[in-house]
Amino acid sequence: MAKTFQRPQALFDQPTHYCPGCTHGVIHRLVAETIDELGIRGRTVGIAPVGCAVLAYNYIDCDFQEAAHGRAPAMATGIKRVRPDLMVFTYQGDGDLASIGMGEIIHAANRGEKFTTIFVNNAIYGMTGGQMAPTTMPNQRTSTSPFGRKTEEAGMPIRVAELLSALVTPAYVTRQTVIRPKYIQKAKKAILKAFTYQMEKRCFSLVELVSTCPTNWGMTPPEAIQWAEDVLLPYYPLGDVKTPDADVKEAPCKTK
Amino acid sequence: MPKVLMKGNEAIAEAAIRAGCLNYFAYPITPQSEVAEYLCWRLPEVNGVFLQGESEVAVAYMIFGAAGAGVRVFTTSSSPGISLMSEGISYLCGAELPAVFVNIMRGGPGLGGILPSQADYLQATKGIGHGDCRLLVMAPASVQEAAEMVMQAFPLAEKYRNPVMILGDGLIGQMMEPVEFPDHLRSEPSNKDGWASSGMDHRKSKTRNLVRSLFLDPEQLNRHNMDLRAKYERMKAEEVQYENFNTEGDYQALIVSYGTMSRVCKTAVNMLKEQGIEVGLIRPRTLFPFPEAAIGEAAAKVSCRAVLSVEMSMGQMVEDVERSVRGARPVQWYGKCGGEVPTPEEIIEVVKTTLASDLSRR
Amino acid sequence: MQNEVMFAGFGGQGILLIGKLLAHAAMEEGYEVAWIPSYGPEMRGGTAYCTVVIGDQPIGSPIIKNPSHLVAMNRPSLEKFAPVIKPGGVVLINLSLIPVDSGRSDLDELKVPTQDIAASVGNGKAANIVALAAFVARSKLVSIDSLKHCIEVEFAAKPKLIPLNIKAMEEGVKAAL
Repeated sequence: MAKTFQRPQALFDQPTHYCPGCTHGVIHRLVAETIDELGIRGRTVGIAPVGCAVLAYNYIDCDFQEAAHGRAPAMATGIKRVRPDLMVFTYQGDGDLASIGMGEIIHAANRGEKFTTIFVNNAIYGMTGGQMAPTTMPNQRTSTSPFGRKTEEAGMPIRVAELLSALVTPAYVTRQTVIRPKYIQKAKKAILKAFTYQMEKRCFSLVELVSTCPTNWGMTPPEAIQWAEDVLLPYYPLGDVKTPDADVKEAPCKTK
Repeated sequence: MPKVLMKGNEAIAEAAIRAGCLNYFAYPITPQSEVAEYLCWRLPEVNGVFLQGESEVAVAYMIFGAAGAGVRVFTTSSSPGISLMSEGISYLCGAELPAVFVNIMRGGPGLGGILPSQADYLQATKGIGHGDCRLLVMAPASVQEAAEMVMQAFPLAEKYRNPVMILGDGLIGQMMEPVEFPDHLRSEPSNKDGWASSGMDHRKSKTRNLVRSLFLDPEQLNRHNMDLRAKYERMKAEEVQYENFNTEGDYQALIVSYGTMSRVCKTAVNMLKEQGIEVGLIRPRTLFPFPEAAIGEAAAKVSCRAVLSVEMSMGQMVEDVERSVRGARPVQWYGKCGGEVPTPEEIIEVVKTTLASDLSRR
Repeated sequence: MQNEVMFAGFGGQGILLIGKLLAHAAMEEGYEVAWIPSYGPEMRGGTAYCTVVIGDQPIGSPIIKNPSHLVAMNRPSLEKFAPVIKPGGVVLINLSLIPVDSGRSDLDELKVPTQDIAASVGNGKAANIVALAAFVARSKLVSIDSLKHCIEVEFAAKPKLIPLNIKAMEEGVKAAL
């Protein structure tokens, strides 16, 4: 009898250290499925972030480098430039990518580096214990905004996908979520598309995934899913924000 | 190959290519931007990779990524830029990746100046980054030596799986001198299959490699650091390089000096000889490991009454010189740290004053 | 035996280039050489100077307090550096821009209207080559043949400029007679 569902080859048979209700496990699986489907495990290098997913290499079975906080896009650039034949993805959280690593992600995207970024946005710092992130919602309570995020001090949450879409360089930038099964298939398709663009050496690609953090949000997993749907999704709308198909007209520059 | 007249910065760039390093990531900073200005056209000629990164912080991790992928890679910068890279250098040490960093030093602290300096000695030899990390540090005193050291640096970095730093001052980068390149020294990191994340299909073992510096288990981290320590001890045993100058006969004083400063001191030693004053000189070619034994021995010569550490810093190497001399002779520092290079005449004056002082006559 | 030549003038006069040409020619003749620029903020448009050291032994200090010779292309350079030149040295004074002399009787002063000569062979910008050639002809640090060879190598990428610069060189040599 044919198996219709099994563990991807690129995923180790091992329970994760993630909290109950956390979406990292689902996202890991989607990445592993993509690696399997494209048959690229033997030439893929993942880059693990500083954050809850720092040990992603304990779950995803391919070569890995472990980044300093925020620097994954610079490392991916280094690998991809010297070994364009490798498939490279960074796996980053919102503190890592949208705060300390904002410079690196913008410049890598703008140079059109041919790697893929999986950006997990759960509106809070997870590993360090629930501090305010650039993506934290207005009035959301965290351990460093105990009375709620004050937008007059911290500004409004950064919409990373939209921010990157403002760059003129062609790229694939999309926002998806995995908080309910109905969203997961779309998220998977987006990840597959992102990796495919890389395989075709077409463009930089980033898949933002709106996620949960029940532990640091102080909620049960069902409450967290509901809160993400009610509060995060209206502010972080789902769908493709930028596709690489649009023509870029290069401004002529006369030099002597 | 015939001699060519080249700026130190350009010779460093060409030497890297001839050592088989075809990958360069950098951010512009005076006084070493000529390296990037040279490699941006030269590397494409040899199908190499040139990328101007968005900051020194990012560049350090581009180096990490490329080194981790198993290729020869290097960068060049100057003092403030090296400070920005120092976090990444610590990660490279922790993950045991080979790479070459060239620091063409300028004056500090802060923005400092852009003229020659040797004020990053302690940073390079003791405090390059957080954690128990060390670099092998080589200090060239001529354009020719800068080129040779760059070519030695890659195999050394790979032998130890550790970054190597070429520590030059602004003059080494800016000066033009004749340089001769050895012909074929190209090679690849031969041991990369054991550690590089180069894609497991590319390795016989077909097992994956993890490039990492995180060890949450204290016993494991301790073991890792002890392994690093063993490497640094092995560097001390095997990689010390230095030059003796005028140390065969008797001398009244011993100068320790490196880089451009040592050339000025050599001229001073020659001029003092004409005046009947013999002074010996030891020029460390490696700063870590430091030629402790050679300096200790030279200072212990019966005729030697004092030891002078002459540097373009406010007195940094003097700490290592004192450690090497172990109290056997008085050790003094002389130097300037604003970008002006002391002249031979000034050194002569200092030597005479030192020899006349009570300290050296005790 | 070691000779140190200081080249000094305004940025844009081609000071660093003629220093390099002399160093190159000396290297071709088998000497040890070093070319030491000033690379401070003054390189952006202000004064430019470099020192060329030529010797038969490996060169020690690249920092020279009292150079043997001076090629002064503008007045501030002459006033600043003439007092520190070693007795007996050659001092080339760019007469096109400098209406005074070195104020020293122990130097071999050579006054050459470099810009005027360069203009007469087709381009005032070749004044630096006129000065270098006159200096070399007087000081005899390298042969004129070596100098000619190095000028050809230097301008190999812009061959159109070679005849002009060779002509400027020849006129510079004549001016030193």
